[in-house]
Amino acid sequence: MKKQKLVVVGNGMAGMRAVEELLKLAPDLYDITVFGAEPHPNYNRILLSPVLAGEMTINDIILNPLGWYADNGIRLHVGKTVTKIDRVARKVVAGDGTEEEYDRLLLATGSTPFMLPVPGNDLPGVISYRDIKDTDEMIATAATHKHAVVIGGGLLGLEAANGLKLRGMDVTVVHLMPWLMERQLDKVAADMLKASLEARGLKFLLEKQTEALLGGESGRVAAIRFKPAPGYDPGDGLEIPADLVVMAAGIRPNTALAESARLHCNRGIVVNDTMQTYDPRIYAVGECVAHRGIAYGLVAPLFEQAKVCANHLANFGIARYTGSVTSTKLKVTGIDLFSAGNFMGGAGTDEIVLNDAAGGVYKKLVVKNDTLVGAVLYGDTADGGWYFQLVKDGQNIRELRDQLLFGQNHVGDGGHAGVSKAASMPDEAEVCGCNGVCKGDIVKAIKSQGLFTLDDVRKHTKASSSCGSCTGLVEQILASTIGGAYTPADTKEKPLCACTDHSHGVVRQTIRERHLLTIPDTMHYMDWKTPDGCASCRPALNYYLISTWPGEAKDDPQSRFVNERAHANIQKDGTFSVVPRMWGGLTTPAELRVIADIAEKYQVPTVKMTGGARIDLLGIRKEDLPKVWADLGAAGMVSGHAYGKSIRTVKTCVGAEHCRFGTQRSMEMGVKLEKMLFGMGSPHKVKLAVSGCPRNCAEAGIKDIGVIGVDSGYEIYVAGNGGIKTEVAQFLCKVKTDDEVKEYSAAFLQLYREEGFYLERTCHYVARVGLDHVKAAVVSDPLKRKALYERLLFALKDYADPWREAVEKPAVRRDYQVIEIKEAEVVS
Amino acid sequence: MTGWIRVCALDEIAPLGSRVVASSQGDIAIFRTAADQVFGLHDKCPHKGGPLSQGIVHGNAVTCPLHGLKIGLKDGEAVAPDKGCAKTFAVRLDGGEVWLQLK
Repeated sequence: MKKQKLVVVGNGMAGMRAVEELLKLAPDLYDITVFGAEPHPNYNRILLSPVLAGEMTINDIILNPLGWYADNGIRLHVGKTVTKIDRVARKVVAGDGTEEEYDRLLLATGSTPFMLPVPGNDLPGVISYRDIKDTDEMIATAATHKHAVVIGGGLLGLEAANGLKLRGMDVTVVHLMPWLMERQLDKVAADMLKASLEARGLKFLLEKQTEALLGGESGRVAAIRFKPAPGYDPGDGLEIPADLVVMAAGIRPNTALAESARLHCNRGIVVNDTMQTYDPRIYAVGECVAHRGIAYGLVAPLFEQAKVCANHLANFGIARYTGSVTSTKLKVTGIDLFSAGNFMGGAGTDEIVLNDAAGGVYKKLVVKNDTLVGAVLYGDTADGGWYFQLVKDGQNIRELRDQLLFGQNHVGDGGHAGVSKAASMPDEAEVCGCNGVCKGDIVKAIKSQGLFTLDDVRKHTKASSSCGSCTGLVEQILASTIGGAYTPADTKEKPLCACTDHSHGVVRQTIRERHLLTIPDTMHYMDWKTPDGCASCRPALNYYLISTWPGEAKDDPQSRFVNERAHANIQKDGTFSVVPRMWGGLTTPAELRVIADIAEKYQVPTVKMTGGARIDLLGIRKEDLPKVWADLGAAGMVSGHAYGKSIRTVKTCVGAEHCRFGTQRSMEMGVKLEKMLFGMGSPHKVKLAVSGCPRNCAEAGIKDIGVIGVDSGYEIYVAGNGGIKTEVAQFLCKVKTDDEVKEYSAAFLQLYREEGFYLERTCHYVARVGLDHVKAAVVSDPLKRKALYERLLFALKDYADPWREAVEKPAVRRDYQVIEIKEAEVVS
Repeated sequence: MTGWIRVCALDEIAPLGSRVVASSQGDIAIFRTAADQVFGLHDKCPHKGGPLSQGIVHGNAVTCPLHGLKIGLKDGEAVAPDKGCAKTFAVRLDGGEVWLQLK
């Protein structure tokens, strides 16, 4: 079949992102032709500011080199402006007469800078700030002239002014409004920004309206004249010198071509939610577009549009673009500033404000009906990504409200170790402690590889890809490096992995509703993009299937991480560790002798106590594991789950059995709990502790379930975490008897097992669903609680000791054995 | 074609699983894909030496159990943007038997 022809008018970031997304979905569907008016391949327009500031070169910011077009069979016309669309003959015509026919046409003509309609605006030395040509001219002028005036105190104008100042010019920013960046900042934040920029030597003239640009003797612009304001003092002077005038007073969607083709335009080419114009063969994306009456000038929304457009061009027909919430970061090195959403507030909104002028920190959060609708941050922007996420997700913040202003560190998993100023961190500061990645490495990768998302950065640098505690900081570095192009992933809708577009929530729900029982059936029903998934989705699917349908869905060992497949904990050298079970932490001299014998027999190099107060035998070869377990089994012992997404240990203090302060028999309670939960799989690891009195020697306050004995019974705490980010467990309820402790604990864990997302700890799960939701199911409704308890017992009733299976079943034991070959018998 | 040696029956490797062969050239991981293709790689991840045989097999790749690098089974190359290459060994299937070539 002959390929259809796709013509793209506009070789910029939106158009080429749409082509890239299309090639991912349907690489062979179209013959693609691209027209670009500039004589360059697609480059990262956002990074023109660092080029101007001398931090990067043009070559650094090319996104798609010419080879990319060739590799993908794309015909590229650079330096050719399309001047006509013939919708009847379905062809476009360029200024030089080049013609291309199309079956589908994509308009990505971008925007044009708004040039103030004042006398002298066409003088040499008066330019806009839009493309490589403008940037080159600014760099050249800075080398030969002194006075620069930037008209417009918005994002673009300030970046231009900063760059020119760094290039040695004397720079004045002229702004019509009473404060800078009025579309992104409130007055307080803008004044702090202004003071900081003034300290760098920039000058500002606010509330000044330009009357004319005046030429000098050479014919070049020489000065700028302002209109006298009401109450003008003649002593103030109305003119300042200007060898270079940069107009940064806004952009206008470039609709000239579309209008000439009589496509409906209204402050932009009007498109529907599928990015289609009024001519169904013609699509449009980017700054030239008006979607639901809004023309976007930041890159993040344009990328969202590109993705939707590609989906329709590929004939998938399922994506919709419904508009974007935008956020802003100023790309001026060393200044931390962030805003998002409706930061000005207004009727029906409340404001939560922190204003420390001397300390250079300002935070304003705008709240409406228990949701965050906007934020402005100056000086400390570490939580910008988090606030933006809350705005985008529309999450109910009622429970967080009193702590919201203090940031994620106070309410959830922040863990950025007090570092809150990403932009002012030095390049050599370590950001990711797990993988040893410094800020400079991240910034370099973002710039040289053209990275736009957290996932991109994780893949290329490994920063925040291990424990994840530096995620917020990496997001901030990303935001301060690429500014408005940055958009945090939508946590609610985030796909499980690259193999699917479905989120954890949707996958869980579908498995339940459709009664899916196997991984292949689930992948088939949910249109997985890969034949057998990946190391991220298969373990998740396996967990969802067996936790949703216990007794029906069959466990798939090949979809488990090695530790759960080998039932021991893999170490850096490929050996394993074994942690013999000690129920509740109790042991006997006889058991200790068995452990000592094993350690000697298998030449275990290291023996130590684990964090859960058990004995760890480290450095056992995989082929020896079944033998170790056989020796344990012969002594009536069993190994421990010290490695899995499962119950780990129940830590206990000595309690009323021995302790003079003990009020409850905590060791006995711990043993009961650990025995009840034997073999329980869960979304992530689960740790328990039981203390015999409020002195809490078992550290129950940082466990997934912490039980604290008091004279009248037990207090139960849930969702604590002692790991990456210490999280104090929350009080769930108080009960009287040991059986009640078992029932409530089991009910909570079963709720988590049924509703938690894979790799979500209890603290994250409870933060997502709210403690009220947990209490409603576990505490206030006895029927629900009993049903949850019964379901957990049902799921655990047939759990087979995996270590005994590895010892006794030859088919299982086989997987531990190394195959020996006789190389002497090699045949030819 | 010389140096072929019988390893095991295909049935002795789980689908989407692997086995380790001890050889004079070090441990070799033999993988079996969902489509019953077999591949051989030096059992050492180019990143930090993790045992690839213990990883999760998907498509024609394996994810290292230590730090999650994805290694292509056909060429031993790390999937971009990661870099590195594990040595490959020729493996073939003949009448339900897995054979390995040691040169």
